[in-house]
Amino acid sequence: MERIKLTIDNKPVEVEAGTTILEAAQKIGVHIPTLCYHPELRLEGACRICVVEVEGLRNLVASCVYPVADNMVVKTNSESVRRARKTVLELLIANHPMDCLVCSRHGECELQDLSRQLGIRQVRFTGGKRDMAVDESSHSIVRDPNKCVLCGRCVRVCAETQAVSAIGVANRGSSSIVTTPFNKGLADGPCVGCGQCINVCPVAALREKDDTERVWGALHDPQAHVVVQVAPAVRAALGEEFGMRPGSLVTGKTVTALRQLGFDQIFDTQFAADLTIIEEGHEFIHRLKNNVNLPLITSCSPGWVGYCERFYPEMLPHVSTCKSPQQMFGVLAKTYYAERANINPANIFSVSVMPCTAKKSEAAREEMQSSGYRDVDAVITTRELASMIREAGIDFANLPDSEFELPMGMSTGAGTIFGVTGGVMEAALRTVAEILDGEELPSLEFQQVRGFAGVREATIRIAGQPVRIAIANGLAHAKRLLDSIKAGEAEYHFIEIMGCPGGCIGGGGQPLSTDPEIRMHRAAALYRQDMLKKVRKSHENPAVKELYRSFLGEPNGEKAHQLLHTHYQARSRY
Amino acid sequence: MDEKKCAGCSSNTTTDPRYQELAQVIEQYRDMEGALIMVLHRAQEIFGYLPEDVQKIVAKELDLPLSEVYGVTTFYSYFSLKPRGKYRIAVCLGTACYVRGAAELVSAIEKELGIKVNDTTEDARFTLEVSRCIGACGLAPVMTINDDVYGRLTPDKIPEILAKYE
Repeated sequence: MERIKLTIDNKPVEVEAGTTILEAAQKIGVHIPTLCYHPELRLEGACRICVVEVEGLRNLVASCVYPVADNMVVKTNSESVRRARKTVLELLIANHPMDCLVCSRHGECELQDLSRQLGIRQVRFTGGKRDMAVDESSHSIVRDPNKCVLCGRCVRVCAETQAVSAIGVANRGSSSIVTTPFNKGLADGPCVGCGQCINVCPVAALREKDDTERVWGALHDPQAHVVVQVAPAVRAALGEEFGMRPGSLVTGKTVTALRQLGFDQIFDTQFAADLTIIEEGHEFIHRLKNNVNLPLITSCSPGWVGYCERFYPEMLPHVSTCKSPQQMFGVLAKTYYAERANINPANIFSVSVMPCTAKKSEAAREEMQSSGYRDVDAVITTRELASMIREAGIDFANLPDSEFELPMGMSTGAGTIFGVTGGVMEAALRTVAEILDGEELPSLEFQQVRGFAGVREATIRIAGQPVRIAIANGLAHAKRLLDSIKAGEAEYHFIEIMGCPGGCIGGGGQPLSTDPEIRMHRAAALYRQDMLKKVRKSHENPAVKELYRSFLGEPNGEKAHQLLHTHYQARSRY
Repeated sequence: MDEKKCAGCSSNTTTDPRYQELAQVIEQYRDMEGALIMVLHRAQEIFGYLPEDVQKIVAKELDLPLSEVYGVTTFYSYFSLKPRGKYRIAVCLGTACYVRGAAELVSAIEKELGIKVNDTTEDARFTLEVSRCIGACGLAPVMTINDDVYGRLTPDKIPEILAKYE
């Protein structure tokens, strides 16, 4: 590879040909402000915040797209650069509502950060402000086009990472907007509610539907018995909201915080994840033995399920009929738990804390009331829980640890790794292999399924038979995998698909970050938690065994089917 | 979903000959690079504008996201998402026409027809639009009505010209 030598702000740097000025600058610690740039998305060069001066060129260039050349002399803070950068930002701000004090992204806004960083003290321009309706049609995502800065990051993530393209840029010039086709509600189009657009939005133009007020309402209602479940990926990320190092495992602090917030029972979605493995494991064994509807595809990720319903309806018979852990938990909270605790299920308000925005839509699906009530009453994201903890004045980082309540707080390491891509597959293999082999596994770590590659595949020998498995994370990768199956290029027995990059740890409800590495830290935290668990196989969870003995009966039995399984339907994406 | 009807609308796509023509156009361009623009162009000729259901059919048949199709149809001023009149007036607002009084022409037409730019008269006779430079700067200011070109215009000539179009 050809090497290029240049200087940036008088510092020499040597990089490979094809590197952009921005990347070269990052390499030597020169910080160039950006807005439309995102390290995981196609380059756009739209916002011009990252302009720099290149000696010998008449115009300033956008450093995020401009490639380096030999002997190039770059200045990132010359007078003309500083002036242009400020003008560009002032022009962006001139169209912005500037309602920072009451904005959901106050303190977490890249536009605000840039304004502070560039020392903007006045805006010389008065621009037209948009006056468009805020789109609240989706259960998951709120879209406020008035705050949009047209960076296009949401459009790119929706198309490139998720292969959904629910939103695009419409109109031209100063009339350009990011919108849905015909300005309809997100709920009317192909949007699956994954929330990746929120994670990349620099401002508050995209945000989750805020359900915290409903949760506060239940907590303040003396009649309501409020139970809460916490998804695995939450404990690997919540600490980031309170200044803790990415990858901090905050399981015990989360439980303490929830108790201080006033929840009556604090349970663990991981309990239901273990239960999912028992149900899905038996479903797989049944399909494998009878050779029907293979490959079996996991159903835990509502972003994926929504995608399958809209883009691959012909694959729906392959999707496991198991409800997701959230919904299994929901139905059991208002049946099994209500019975045991002798509480009228009508008085139970069931909350779930999820790394996911699509979970809000999942909980709202019409069929999700097998308990006779709405199985899950409110879903809040990791970010929303953080905002509740802040509002309550809880010093999260310094909280002592405490334990989940029993029985639905008991879980295994297999339930923990549900939060990361490959984790559901690994958890399932731990159980399926032991059931079919009839003997204990020598090692529980299935290294073949771990990692972050978009699509991974492996062949595992179970009971002497080769079992072909595949794992996809991020919907564009899922699309690639499904297309290869449809084209007859690949055949599998069992597939795990998670809608978000990295799995739930990279979910659309997680703490905001533009650093792709953050997902690896969160995944490492979950694998660490798995190692620390005394029980690491779902079928050895004593609370799940007791659930079957005293309440459900057989795995995949009649009662299990009635409460824990569901159906899907093809949906139009137009 | 009723397969005979297009997604999300009630137009019967099997009996209306315009939809059959659209289907033929799509077949003709399907595998070509840049098929979208060509198909939309022809679709607008067939329907007079690009209704929502037509854009959905084009997206579905060309296997493109509807957001992409909508991005294209709203980007180019040539495409219209609203029904248009029998006669399409386009006043050139290119630089040469503009400095020679094109804005006054627009006002005169608005007054004569009682509509604003991008609107259509109630009798569906005229649609008033503005265009970028059409390359007839020597005749500035210029307007076109369908395929007819009128140059060296002044506001007082407008009523007489419009009267020619029944």
